[in-house]
Amino acid sequence: MSETTMNLTLKIWRQKDAKSKGKIVSYPISGISGHMSFLEMMDVLNEQLINEGQEPVAFDHDCREGICGSCSLHINGEAHGPDRGVTTCQLHMRMFKDGDTIFIEPFRAKAFPVIKDLIVDRTSFDRIQHAGGFISVNTSGNTQDANSIPIPKADADKAFDAATCIGCGACVASCKNASAMLYVSAKVAQFSLLPQGKVEAKDRVLNMVEQMDKEGFGNCTNTGACEVECPKGISLENIARMNNEYLKASITREA
Amino acid sequence: MKTSIARKVLMALSGFFLLFFLLQHFVINFSSVFGDGDGFNSASHFMGTNSIIQFGLQPVLIFGVIFHLAMGIYLELQNNKARSVKYAMNKPGANSSWMSRNMIYTGLMVMLFLGLHFYDFWIPEIKTKFIVGDMTGLMADGETLRYFHELQLKFQDPIRVALYCVSFIFLSLHLLHGFQSAFQSVGFNHNRYTPIIKKLGNLYAVLVPLGFIFIAVYHYLNPPH
Ligand code: HEM
Ligand code: SF4
Ligand code: FES
Repeated sequence: MSETTMNLTLKIWRQKDAKSKGKIVSYPISGISGHMSFLEMMDVLNEQLINEGQEPVAFDHDCREGICGSCSLHINGEAHGPDRGVTTCQLHMRMFKDGDTIFIEPFRAKAFPVIKDLIVDRTSFDRIQHAGGFISVNTSGNTQDANSIPIPKADADKAFDAATCIGCGACVASCKNASAMLYVSAKVAQFSLLPQGKVEAKDRVLNMVEQMDKEGFGNCTNTGACEVECPKGISLENIARMNNEYLKASITREA
Repeated sequence: MKTSIARKVLMALSGFFLLFFLLQHFVINFSSVFGDGDGFNSASHFMGTNSIIQFGLQPVLIFGVIFHLAMGIYLELQNNKARSVKYAMNKPGANSSWMSRNMIYTGLMVMLFLGLHFYDFWIPEIKTKFIVGDMTGLMADGETLRYFHELQLKFQDPIRVALYCVSFIFLSLHLLHGFQSAFQSVGFNHNRYTPIIKKLGNLYAVLVPLGFIFIAVYHYLNPPH
């Protein structure tokens, strides 16, 4: 089986550290196979840079199978690149053509400051999660079996879908307002749809939204870009559910 | 008012109110293409002199427009700040519609139009009614109502007709996104009803502005005799 390889021009954001000013730097790269993942292509580049005695490009990655949400990258104008329903580690180089120029930039948002090169600080997501993305359960040995509580199939499915959010931040990166509504709404909905999550539902939505605003994310204008770019296909329906829950909670909460 | 979602909901509520207002405005204006404008005259006279409408609803409308405008500008500025460093290469067209990304610009164009529209009709009305003190709504002859006549006269100017038509195109673009967006904002998204709302929204966003264009062109082509 013969295989043709690609020669590409990469235009990559290089930034020494959080305080330095960064810039786009061009790197030619050759011999890239279409079977490689995007991150493998980045590995090839870094090997080349190391051999030349240059500083390799810093980028986030961990599982390399689309489940950890660690890989990021804004590739040719889209979060996780041109493919749909994939993370950058799942993006194949066959999505590109020989001779292409590929822009590789960090996810851009005030709430995601650049740490180095393509790595951004996404701990704002963690702080939102700490504000309410949990349920309080008794773990002293008399925990109730979750399966003993009947749950409508539709609700269980929706909660499960929401729970597939991997916290990658592609929604923020794609949104023209750098809004985190899709992420936060998924984290709210995965609990509030289920009986165990209903107990703390009001405080959860109020506190998580408050933290989201504090972090400096923008306001949702329903452009829907997040849903299109989300590697897990998290639905805009979650945002509507969160708006609805938020409204109810802010009207009915105790003084 | 303090959080992003509260502001978003208020934006949607003012949007809903404007949608409702626009629809009734359209229905009344549309009556001007039938008959000799009698229906339009009596509707206009009622709207212009009924005190519930003048002193109850009109202030709400003025507040609604100003609120929608001010909040729109405020949100836009905040959203710009949320991404201080822009992308060197960005393809927003790959994931969202032009209308959804340019609400502030289509909205501001509508606001400019409202300036012209107020200058054309609202300010002269207010002047006649509250400064001159003539609440009769009658023309100088003291017999026929003036509303239809003034409408016909204003739409003899081709530049004005053209400006009105272009403005309605901006309004249409604004509503193509805004109508369905307002439902999402107040938390309504249901897999049975949302597709219907989207269709209804497209229908509204095309038919109502198109209707207004039709009215303007109709009066241009049918000068008073
Ligand atoms: C006065 C000039 C106007 C300006 C500056 C303006 C601006 C805006 C902005 C910035 C948004 C937010 C975009 C978004 O969240 O998607 C918006 C939404 C909206 N506008 Fe306007 N607009 C204007 C006039 C109007 C008029 C005359 C109508 C209706 C007849 C209208 C109906 C709506 C609706 C329904 C929404 C959607 C609300 C939502 O998404 O929650 N707007 N407008
Ligand atoms: S909603 Fe989608 S895009 Fe946003 S963080 Fe979760 S998985 Fe990533
Ligand atoms: S590296 Fe884990 S999702 Fe890409």
